[in-house]
Amino acid sequence: MLARIKEFLGMESKPKEVASEQEVEKVAEEKPKPRIGYIHLSGCTGDGMSLTENYDILAPLLTEMIDIVYGQTLVDLWEMPEMDIALVEGSVCLQDEHSMHELMEVREKAGLVVAFGSCAATGCFTRYSRGGQQAQPSHESFVPIADIVKVDLAIPGCPPSPEIIAKTVVAAINGDMDYLQPMMDLAGYTEACGCDLQYKVVNQALCIGCGTCAMACQTRALTMTNGRPELNSARCIKCGICYVQCPRSWWPADRINKDLGL
Amino acid sequence: MVLGTYKQVVTARSTDKQIQKIAQDGGIASALLCFALDEKIIDGAVVAGPSEVMWKPEPTVALTSDEILAAAGTKYTFSPNVWMLKQAVRQYGLEKVGTVAIPCQTMGIRKMQSYPFGVRFLADKIALLVGIFCMENFPYESLRTFISEKAGVDFDLVEKMDIGKGKFWIHTQDQVLTIPLKETHGYEQNGCKVCLDYVSELSDIATGSVGSPDGWSSVFVRTDGGDTIFKQALEAGAIEAKAINEGKFGLEMLTKLSTQKKEKAMKVIDERKAMGLPVPFKASSEKEGDPLANV
Repeated sequence: MLARIKEFLGMESKPKEVASEQEVEKVAEEKPKPRIGYIHLSGCTGDGMSLTENYDILAPLLTEMIDIVYGQTLVDLWEMPEMDIALVEGSVCLQDEHSMHELMEVREKAGLVVAFGSCAATGCFTRYSRGGQQAQPSHESFVPIADIVKVDLAIPGCPPSPEIIAKTVVAAINGDMDYLQPMMDLAGYTEACGCDLQYKVVNQALCIGCGTCAMACQTRALTMTNGRPELNSARCIKCGICYVQCPRSWWPADRINKDLGL
Repeated sequence: MVLGTYKQVVTARSTDKQIQKIAQDGGIASALLCFALDEKIIDGAVVAGPSEVMWKPEPTVALTSDEILAAAGTKYTFSPNVWMLKQAVRQYGLEKVGTVAIPCQTMGIRKMQSYPFGVRFLADKIALLVGIFCMENFPYESLRTFISEKAGVDFDLVEKMDIGKGKFWIHTQDQVLTIPLKETHGYEQNGCKVCLDYVSELSDIATGSVGSPDGWSSVFVRTDGGDTIFKQALEAGAIEAKAINEGKFGLEMLTKLSTQKKEKAMKVIDERKAMGLPVPFKASSEKEGDPLANV
């Protein structure tokens, strides 16, 4: 994986603090610009919108640091070009031949395939799709893209925060594999649900009632009752954020100490 | 480093007589948050405020010193403060949030700051994180067992609870009762058993009772941000500080208790790993550096 990123981006591993304007400029001076594509499958464009909410660094990011070479909402280009990083938004509909073909094509043409947002990463609320609607009643099966192609990185979130998108892109450009490791690990987390908190944390005697899951939940499906997460499953969209943000699911101690200057 | 990374450690207390009266120890958490609010370093704080149920705290967004002070004093059960941080920023519109957190809560907050996956525009709004020392926590029903069953006291009559000198202390208006800590084991929260952090190693400023005399607190100043605020609070006279006792009742005691907590947790982590149960921390055999680090 490391070799692959380096090969495609032609970079050496270098630690990186936070995505800031200065850092963006520095990277822009030192590195060749990676070619980034944005692929829109069964998503809502919210993940792409979240990318653009990096107001402070968006202009230098787009003009100096990366080249956006493909993306239906961004670039007037029909043929998919070769890309270093492909941000794939949305899950994929098994009955939609065109989407399936597009996803396969991304895998061929992109160095790194990133499941961008929870629909691509975990299926998110398209997990509830069951067909039977006009004008394509047979379009019923939607799966996270990792079910169909190999995914290198996952950035869950509905949408992922603007900050995590910026941090991920900058880390990928810098070849900061330590920072990206959790995203690589999360590429395998495709069957997400609010009930993961019960199965993987509370049932495993790991919950400490901190409330991070309920804070992170993007649909307020979680509350805390007697110091334990209580899931309103009717509100859960299976984005996976509660378990991903839980301090008892995975623990990036070294990165946190570095970020805090400890 | 069994006490985490820190710039300085002192014994300190609030100079405010009102805070001294109501605080658990030296009133450091209350004094720092009130000072930060007055100086507009924060525009509100998430604290473990009172609820309708006696001794059952509720995470509360405090916008005034009075609301901060209403949360003074230790409650030995859950207050999921991290939950309320998003409300503080979204519903209350706060730009600079202060909060009080026990070690596991600081871990949730710091992880969210380093990896803000679904947490939009929140990570940079945590302006002051005051950490509290924590040996273990209890479910509310455990607390009720201690008070009502073991000590035979009406919950409503309890004015203060405290853990120290090997005992769980219950203060009412006219009596002081104790339960040996031996009898409270088995009632603690299970998730605490793999916790490798005693002195809130990831807070800006950590404070707690152990290592300082009654009415005073031990304080670790850890981050640059914490250092700036603590110095300002000292200069303004909101807090007074003296050198911490290095000996048996000071740093030595802190080191001893922290080591004990970490060694005990490390043992549980190793046992769980051997059984194939999930733990987010490394087994002792996987650790390259400090065997007791919070990793």
